[in-house]
Amino acid sequence: MSIIIQIPTPLRRFTGESGEVSVDATTVGEALLRLVETHPDLRPHLYANDGKLRTFVNVFKNDEDVRFLEKDATSVAPGDRLTIIPSIAGGSRRDRTSR
Amino acid sequence: MSETTTATTLRLPAALLERVREHGRTAYPEECCGVMLGRIDRASGRTEVVRLVAQENQREDEHRHNRYLISPEAVLHADREARTAGLEIVGYYHSHPDHPSRPSDFDRDHAWPDQSYLIVAVAGGQPATAQSWRLRDDRSAFEEETVEVPSPRSHE
Repeated sequence: MSIIIQIPTPLRRFTGESGEVSVDATTVGEALLRLVETHPDLRPHLYANDGKLRTFVNVFKNDEDVRFLEKDATSVAPGDRLTIIPSIAGGSRRDRTSR
Repeated sequence: MSETTTATTLRLPAALLERVREHGRTAYPEECCGVMLGRIDRASGRTEVVRLVAQENQREDEHRHNRYLISPEAVLHADREARTAGLEIVGYYHSHPDHPSRPSDFDRDHAWPDQSYLIVAVAGGQPATAQSWRLRDDRSAFEEETVEVPSPRSHE
């Protein structure tokens, strides 16, 4: 079942400049795995080393944040549109590390 | 293989830089943050900031002095504002209260490629240095980029 994943502009460099990628999947988790299988350079930007989706990577299914649905297990059907949206986080580290 | 990255430049009008500094001053001792809208010329590596969208730091805990958060809804909203104006999100700014304007490992873990991260140091409540950074594609480090500040009196 083909669904569309919208790629945010900063990541299009890793999808051959495509703004949309079509994948066959039945869940959100599967769709993202298909996406990084097809475009492996995307993987480090979406997944942490432990294989989990990075905390600042948010996936919306037709305008709904999948965190409030069933997360990775959220089902997708043909015609559904997934959008990857960053939340932006950062900040100084004041707990006296290497710097 | 040492020169694998292209030098990039962030062009930030003086008035907008002053707004970032002022935001850092008023948010002190907490971190301020915001979205930068503009244009990226990917061929030349030049980014022009046209508009700032100041954000409330959405961290709601004791870490607001050394952490910031912009929610996906706020990013989506800023992205729509950018598209309406024929612009795109070119990066984000935040302040480092009583800390240098260098990105932390935490910044690197949370950064996106192809975006500019402007950091202003705020020392004792007074804005100090500002530097802009871009994440390497392999996420191994940030590269500093040149910040070009055209003054309003410049006729260039």
